[in-house]
Amino acid sequence: MLNKKVKKRIIFLTFIFLLSIVVVFFILNSLNKNIVYFSSPTEIKQTEDIPFGKAMRIGGMVKKGSITISQKNIQFIVTDFENEILVSYSGTVPNLFAEGKGVVAEGSLSDKNFFIASRILAKHDENYMPPEIKEIIEKNVK
Amino acid sequence: MLSSIGNILVILVITLSFLIIYNASLDIKFSSQFIKKNIYKLSLFQITFTVLSFFTLIIGFVISDFSLINVYENSHTAKPFFYKIAGTWGNHEGSLLLWVNILVIFSYLFLIFNHIHDKKFRLYTLIVQNILILGFLFFLLLNSNPFNSIYPIPLEGLGLNPILQDPALAIHPPLLYVGFVGCSIFFSAAMASLLSGYGGKIFAQSIKTWVKISWCFQTLGIIVGSIWAYYELGWGGFWFWDPVENASLLPWFAITALMHSLIVLEKRNTLYSWVIILCLLTFILSVTGTFLVRSGILNSVHTFASDPSRGIYILLFLSLMIFSSLIIFFTKYKKETYNFNLKSRETFILVNNWFMAFFLLTVLIGMLYPIFLDVLTNVKISVGPPFFNIVIIPLVVPFLFFMAIGPKFGWVKSRNKFFYKFFYLILGAVIINILIFYFFGKYSFLSNLIFIAAIFLILQSCIDVKKIINNKNKFELPRVISHLGFGLLVFFIGVNYQFSIEEDFNLKVGEIKKINNYEVNFQDIKIKDNKNYKAVIGIFKLTNFKNNLVQYLEPEIRIYSNPETLTYEAAIKTKITSDLYLTMSNVSRSDYYNIKFQNKPFMIWIWISALMISLGGFVQLTLKKNED
Repeated sequence: MLNKKVKKRIIFLTFIFLLSIVVVFFILNSLNKNIVYFSSPTEIKQTEDIPFGKAMRIGGMVKKGSITISQKNIQFIVTDFENEILVSYSGTVPNLFAEGKGVVAEGSLSDKNFFIASRILAKHDENYMPPEIKEIIEKNVK
Repeated sequence: MLSSIGNILVILVITLSFLIIYNASLDIKFSSQFIKKNIYKLSLFQITFTVLSFFTLIIGFVISDFSLINVYENSHTAKPFFYKIAGTWGNHEGSLLLWVNILVIFSYLFLIFNHIHDKKFRLYTLIVQNILILGFLFFLLLNSNPFNSIYPIPLEGLGLNPILQDPALAIHPPLLYVGFVGCSIFFSAAMASLLSGYGGKIFAQSIKTWVKISWCFQTLGIIVGSIWAYYELGWGGFWFWDPVENASLLPWFAITALMHSLIVLEKRNTLYSWVIILCLLTFILSVTGTFLVRSGILNSVHTFASDPSRGIYILLFLSLMIFSSLIIFFTKYKKETYNFNLKSRETFILVNNWFMAFFLLTVLIGMLYPIFLDVLTNVKISVGPPFFNIVIIPLVVPFLFFMAIGPKFGWVKSRNKFFYKFFYLILGAVIINILIFYFFGKYSFLSNLIFIAAIFLILQSCIDVKKIINNKNKFELPRVISHLGFGLLVFFIGVNYQFSIEEDFNLKVGEIKKINNYEVNFQDIKIKDNKNYKAVIGIFKLTNFKNNLVQYLEPEIRIYSNPETLTYEAAIKTKITSDLYLTMSNVSRSDYYNIKFQNKPFMIWIWISALMISLGGFVQLTLKKNED
């Protein structure tokens, strides 16, 4: 039979093993609750059961001539050249935010045509295009 | 001209590295005690030429020699002198040359400062380090050569990204590089230790100074980067869980764990294999971070114009490094027996290591999960601050407690006598927390726990400081400074998080907005021409109704011409108790300016306590010198 030392070691290793499973499960679980999905306006239109009020990111181009500003907020239209969505935002805009340029906004949907942004992501390189938006544009503009 | 000088120097260094490896492997077989003179000479030449090549590039930037593509793409004649120099490492190619420089400098210093150690061990370290040097030199020469020339020679350069034209960001990369690339030397030493069988206590002594140097610079580099983000990025925050920040944290967790377990190896001559793993891991994580950032896989504030071929090379090199180190580790692995008493200092150092491993795992998963999901299912997601906050913050509470009580235990085994003292201190911490809670405002249960734990650590450290002054036992001082710094850091971050005021709104010139006790009056706008940018300066009158204090803040919008970019300069009024923070931006030239107003309590103390953490390390380095 197993002697005492080996037994002790097996118990110890099982303990460590179980502990790491619990830890990884815990991390993955909270990861699942906190991931933020990225969608284009078209994907929002097409998805049936899109959750309203949950944190997500949208991306596309800021439609030309669509920015309106008031004391409370900024509104603009994000388009992927097929569908578009109205975005309302109050907060600082990054320096490369402009009409006709790519944008990624984080926030939540209030309905399928209206998005309330809590953050507009800053990009600091004038030539830089977020990869998600590049893909959208390549798909829709030929 | 400079292009050929630079290329010749790089090729010379490559040749020298080969010669060093060749000579060192011959010398290992000799049984003499001393390393041959010619290896020292070759190393001296190697470091001289490497440093010269770096100076060549600096000269290229200073005299604006646009025949170098690298200078053309990243510099401009109208740029201030200081940023011409800083521009040398503000781009991918130049920073890679700096990387190689640090590899070579550490290699040389390790060779000449360690003569009391075993010859075989030192030679193996030299060989492994030179293999690393060669790997990065070939990468530099074939893929990212800063000395590539361009013809016809352009008259003017493209300029450095204005957001990088900042004093904090000029020193941030060199600090981080010393910190991260410095880890290479104990990566090499760990491999050498496995290969030569020179392990245990003496191995710990041979690398501990190098680990401390790297740790100090890493810590300092991360802090400086965070300070830069605070006043340059205009969000008013200092930590965003941005992928690149995470990439810099991974090696930091590993090296912090290493620094602690190294003490156990030195004092108790156990945990050798674990120390080796951490040595290898730290540098591997440093390179992984570089790979993720440079290949453009992670997108974040550090967007070097990215290039997939770079990524492939670093990935190949990285996998080679990981596989060879794993193979050597498992072939040379010797079984150790661990004999720890529960109530001993080494147990608590292990506890520290468990926490570090957990933090590391969390950040790693949060960072890599989006990449895997994208590759496997093409679903695009991002993992934001909430994830890291939920997983990491609750664990900070026990972490702080262990950090306070761990060092009170003696080596091997302790008596029970002093436990009641902890009880008094915890009681004190609870009372202070209740006072804060009662007088300044309500916060959640978890925040209460964090405040109690942080105050407990601070109190404990203060008592330690008093003891040190009484006993004149200065060798405990570095540990106390760093631990106290960490306690204060958590405390002030907590206060800052709980009591910050933040408000975004749009204003026209002449309009007024009221927020809590403050009134923001947008009085006027000025335009000013500077050497390489034009500034639109807003003049804001801030009235605090609580004490009728009137202050003027002047945030700027800077319009740079080379390259054409806008940056927003925050106006920050720092006081001992709080920072007033105001940024202004403009959207498509409308009359409305977008204003972000923040009042952030104890901001300056966050920096001071973070600096204290790294100060502890520097103090230890100077103490070490006096001791010898």
